[in-house]
Amino acid sequence: MTSIQKPQFRHPGLPKNALGYTRRDYEGAMSTLCAGCGHDSVTAALIQAFWELDLPPNRAAKMSGIGCSSKTTAYFMKGSHGFNSVHGRMPSVTSGAAAANRGLTYIGISGDGDSLSIGMGQLCHAIRRNVRMLYVIENNGVYGLTKGQFSASADIGSTSKKGEANVQPPIDPALLALSLGATFVARSFSGDKSQLVPILKAGLVHDGFALIDVISPCVSFNDHEGSTKSYRFTREHEVEMTEVDFVPIRHEITTKDTDSAVTAVQMHDGTVMRFRKTHEGYDPTDREQAYLHVRECTKRGEVATGLLYIERGGADMHAVARTVERPLAELTVAELCPGKGALEKLMDSYR
Amino acid sequence: MSGINDFAFKMATVNGTGSASANSLLMQAIFRMGIPVAGKNIFPSNIQGLPTWYEVRVSAHGYMARPAQVDLIVALNGTTLAKDIKTVRPGGYVMYDSSWPIPEAIKRADVTFLGVPFGDLAASAFERDRDRTLLRNIIYTGALGALLNIDHEIISEMLREKFAKKKSLLDANAKAIQMGWDYALEHFECPLPFHLEKMDETKDKVIIDGNTACGLGAVYAGATVGAWYPITPSTSLMEAFKAFCEKYRVDKETGLRKFCILQAEDELAAAGITIGAGWAGARSFTNTSGPGISLMQEFLGLAYYTEIPGVFFDVQRAGPSTGMPTRTQQADLMMLAYASHGDTKHLIVFPANPYECFTLTVEAFDLAERFQTPVFVASDLDIGMNDWMVPRFEWDENYVADRGKVLSAEELAALPKFSRYLDKDGDGIAARTLPGGDAKGAYFVRGSSHDEHAAYTEDSDAYVKVVDRIKRKIENAAKAVPAPLFVRNPGAEIGLVTLGSCDAAVREAMDRLKEQGFHVDFMRIRGFPFDTCVQQFLAEHEVNFIIEQNRDGQLRSLLAIETGIPRDAMVAVLDYSGMPLTAKSVVDAVTAHFAGVDA
Repeated sequence: MTSIQKPQFRHPGLPKNALGYTRRDYEGAMSTLCAGCGHDSVTAALIQAFWELDLPPNRAAKMSGIGCSSKTTAYFMKGSHGFNSVHGRMPSVTSGAAAANRGLTYIGISGDGDSLSIGMGQLCHAIRRNVRMLYVIENNGVYGLTKGQFSASADIGSTSKKGEANVQPPIDPALLALSLGATFVARSFSGDKSQLVPILKAGLVHDGFALIDVISPCVSFNDHEGSTKSYRFTREHEVEMTEVDFVPIRHEITTKDTDSAVTAVQMHDGTVMRFRKTHEGYDPTDREQAYLHVRECTKRGEVATGLLYIERGGADMHAVARTVERPLAELTVAELCPGKGALEKLMDSYR
Repeated sequence: MSGINDFAFKMATVNGTGSASANSLLMQAIFRMGIPVAGKNIFPSNIQGLPTWYEVRVSAHGYMARPAQVDLIVALNGTTLAKDIKTVRPGGYVMYDSSWPIPEAIKRADVTFLGVPFGDLAASAFERDRDRTLLRNIIYTGALGALLNIDHEIISEMLREKFAKKKSLLDANAKAIQMGWDYALEHFECPLPFHLEKMDETKDKVIIDGNTACGLGAVYAGATVGAWYPITPSTSLMEAFKAFCEKYRVDKETGLRKFCILQAEDELAAAGITIGAGWAGARSFTNTSGPGISLMQEFLGLAYYTEIPGVFFDVQRAGPSTGMPTRTQQADLMMLAYASHGDTKHLIVFPANPYECFTLTVEAFDLAERFQTPVFVASDLDIGMNDWMVPRFEWDENYVADRGKVLSAEELAALPKFSRYLDKDGDGIAARTLPGGDAKGAYFVRGSSHDEHAAYTEDSDAYVKVVDRIKRKIENAAKAVPAPLFVRNPGAEIGLVTLGSCDAAVREAMDRLKEQGFHVDFMRIRGFPFDTCVQQFLAEHEVNFIIEQNRDGQLRSLLAIETGIPRDAMVAVLDYSGMPLTAKSVVDAVTAHFAGVDA
């Protein structure tokens, strides 16, 4: 797609993480998206999050469907295997990969068309199945690659570039995930890296399905006056419910936070996520309340962002299936085959 | 005609009344008497209240195909009684429930009516309504026991095995058997002219259905990820896989399982899970029927083009659309061969019976990983859900799974650069790496056009190079898929070509045709793409009859497309009634063809 090669030169002074990697080492191919695309900012935030978390690239798998957002898995972490599957079907492919190899970190990148229209069933069932993965929806309310049709997340009254107003009600992935029992639901904005990076990090270490809806404006087809998914609209209408501060495991927590508005949540791997309620009365550990608050914001024309809901991941797909710890893909056929004697014995019962 | 150990009978009952267990009891008892036996369950797409039939064929010669007619019917379904009576051969017998009078209008003079008051007998002996309904079936089993000369001790032994832990049920069932037995002895001349006499022909055999055999094959092949969406007639395949996994794959200490079965939201997701797991390095599969394969088309193209292994079981049923979900057909052949948009061609194995379901399932997993592509196991309802008498399955302890070209860490390290789709060995198969390995082996799977290095390309030459290599790879697979099975007769100028569950009927037809002076050769296709020997066989014979179970002669078309032999130069013999094929329909078609030619 791209004929422009990224320069290989690295400044020797670039900071390195615990694995000895610089941020550049988490980059991928050159993006071919439009200049100013929100998705590229999400890619940059993901790179920052991976780098800060010391994620070994080869122990991650990048999963996607079809669309502008799904292309972005090529633009980060080139040391990871990537799977650009078919439209709307990334959740099932990821479920299968995770079933085969539970030892990897699965990063799913999708869009509003991929997740809320063609692939909505798959998204719902991946949530129900509680596949342990980060699921990012790069949400711009529009079909970019086919040049500007409304998507299922477009708000009523939001206008297309040609001035046509959308009349069908939108599907809010955060509300959807809340109603389906997702244990990690967040919303952020591609233009707010300081908010997005800690949320991505928290989602990456969450021990269950982590959904992050990222409003990521389409500069070519949905960034005009009248659009409710533009940079300007999102900046002006964003209401942050919680502010997240992610503390990796290697940082010893020495001081107790005296701020009563701060809540600390210990993740399964020992890392701690602290969040501060920035919105009066908001409690991201209360599913019903979270749902109501997000709904109220939507009614007022506001975009609720931040960590919207969190609880411990609960029984994930493997816990439910009671699979062995060792990845199934690593078991040899010789270990799995019951053998000659067992078959002889079994055959006696078919007489 | 019929005779000792050579006859057929059927039970016409209402589904959901417990007749299935009585029928399998009968079949198993005959099997234990050492006599070859086959059973066909003709059942409705319904849980309770609709007509169902169970046909049992006894054949000292070992003919296992569906019989063209029956010698005796147990007609216990009032709604189908008139029709059922018509299906008995002249001179045959109708056993019916004489608790109620049978209308004179539907009686026949050329058959013998055996009235047994099943309803009254059950009502007199059992208290509860449910027992009366269920045990009525056991009473007819007892009556048949006396009429057909079934070994009473074998029946008793089977009841003891079945109800080992339920004394009250054992007593009730034993009582019902005896009631039927005694009634028949008292009122009829037992045994009938055609009946059973002990043989020793089933020692090395088992009775098993194809779905169970496929599930067992998947366990033996080392499959760990199974994804599915329930659909008749393939459901019992995953149930069997699950049951065998629970038997063999659960860690005794931890209770943890070396398998992961995911019931997906639909067949699309089941295909996606299968492909995702295959990509990640597990042996994975999904089981479905025609409608499911229709839904999986897009994913099948993805797996073909991105070269990811996976085994797809298609237990075919009668189509199109919802069709007849509980009837058999072989009507998915064209769809499987070229599934998905764009140029594709897929590997298929065609088992003919549960024995081959076991062996070819294991082969399918090897083929899928060796050729890095989806492989279909094309079974059907007749094989999948009916009980077949087949040789005992055997396992070769020396079996080594063919995992295909997956680079080890050392092999990867030794490479100057890893290119996922580069054909280094000249066999069309490029080595792959698995996620989780060294970053050097990382690549990007994409269903969009890609070059040898897995990079996106819109360059025509780079695109053509990859799709041409995949074509070469699939062509090479023709030598690796299971070879056709041939039976040759010196000088034969007629070829009978078939596949799958038609095998038994066609082979029986060969014997009948020989008696009529037709010398024929036989070829049963077991794999796709076709190897050159398929074309050779067709070219060697003056006339080829292509015998299959679909309306449009799909195998014939496939042979024409793939071998270049004109379609109309081959004679289509088709049975798409939804019922298992009979030898008679094959014999009739062949003889009719020559009668027409001679005239």
